[in-house]
Amino acid sequence: MKTITTDFEYFGPVKVEEALDLLSRYKDDEYKIIAGGQSLLTAMKHRLIAPEYVISIKGLSDLDYIAFDEKQGLKIGALATHRSLELSPIVREKYGFLCEMEENVASVETRNWGTVVGDLCNADPATDPAPPLIALDAKFKIASKGEERMVAAEKFAVDFFETVVQPGEMVAEIQIPVMPANTGAYYTKYSQLLGDYALASVAVLITLDKKKEVCANARIGLAGAAPAPVRAKKTEEVLRGKKITEALLDKAAEMVMTEVSPVSGIEGSEDYKRELAGTLLKRVAKVALERAKKA
Amino acid sequence: MKRELNITVNGESYNLFIEPKTLLVQVLREMLGLTGTHQACDSSSCAACTVIVDGKAVKSCSILALQVEGKKVTTVEGLADGPNLHPIQQAFIDNWAFQCGFCTSGQIMAAKALLDENPNPTREQIQMQMDGHLCRCTGYNMINEAIQDAAKRLKSREAAMKLPAQKNLQSKWTQTAKSGKGA
Repeated sequence: MKTITTDFEYFGPVKVEEALDLLSRYKDDEYKIIAGGQSLLTAMKHRLIAPEYVISIKGLSDLDYIAFDEKQGLKIGALATHRSLELSPIVREKYGFLCEMEENVASVETRNWGTVVGDLCNADPATDPAPPLIALDAKFKIASKGEERMVAAEKFAVDFFETVVQPGEMVAEIQIPVMPANTGAYYTKYSQLLGDYALASVAVLITLDKKKEVCANARIGLAGAAPAPVRAKKTEEVLRGKKITEALLDKAAEMVMTEVSPVSGIEGSEDYKRELAGTLLKRVAKVALERAKKA
Repeated sequence: MKRELNITVNGESYNLFIEPKTLLVQVLREMLGLTGTHQACDSSSCAACTVIVDGKAVKSCSILALQVEGKKVTTVEGLADGPNLHPIQQAFIDNWAFQCGFCTSGQIMAAKALLDENPNPTREQIQMQMDGHLCRCTGYNMINEAIQDAAKRLKSREAAMKLPAQKNLQSKWTQTAKSGKGA
């Protein structure tokens, strides 16, 4: 299993239009888009997939960017690597918890070659960037030949390794709004080894009111605890408009356990992962709250 | 259908024709005979196959070779200067940082990428960089110590290289003077 056994035709476009044109030519089950390929190549080596055409977008240097604007927020191009997000000074300053998230994505070597967008498009149920992006209310720009559409982060993945991306389409950019004032955010995951995919992971974003007493807004994203990353809307409601206390966090933890739908596996049962989601939510919300107070 | 691949490995340019399914590690080991890069887990889990591409440590078993078109690759064979080992290699030997040596070339390449980026890493920073590297015999403390030692060696080598002309002159002069006396 050390090699890829099935031959395929390879395309290495260097312009976005060229790539979109190629995508429009083939059927969805015939081709695979490869960016860094840190998940795709393993799947191909294990003979889980054998595409006839592999379209490499690694050469689309126009999409290799991380840009911040005080009004529009952060834009992450499709070819930005995990490592470039982790080491970006502006991301560290404005969205520090994204860099913290990146530090425990796989290993440095994987982050150096793998892209953030590719990770999300692979749609592992426990993909790391999904919960923070859901909490940040990020949008995905999906491009196809002559067209563009926007999809909210929470709607992007629909099932195990399945997203809303249709034949002929590719994700070109992630757009993240500016963090509101008095906001704190945190993400953590529980995994068997540092850098592994999570059994459960939680991101919480808390915005306090002007007096920094009441939770004006909360956004919660989870991964690993369902066939696709989820936004915990009912749990957000538990926190919204109230002063966050230990008792309230207990209620939120109970609520989040009803909002996830984990799948039993060798690494943990359904019940275990459900409990884990509740415990993590409490821990993560506490850090987010402290950060919001200091923001 | 074979495709053309132009890459530079350890300073040498190569023009190859490969099947698109070829992985970087296969080009290095099977086509160029550079077997210092090891292939082990095949699932991007062990980092034994780590090489440096354009200054960054990457896993050569999980990269399609055609995607490395036009880039510069450094493998463990590219570190030593003739018979003189690279300071990181020597530090690994002197600190007992390996036993069977299977993971070592990957460890050393990751250490090189780290020290190129950050010449003074803390113990924790080294841990962060190396956490994807599996070693099944030595344990990780000696590896960490070897990298800290290598950082010191690289610094003293750099300091020694800063004033090479003057130093050499001085030592030559001293030698000449000495030999003059002896004669």
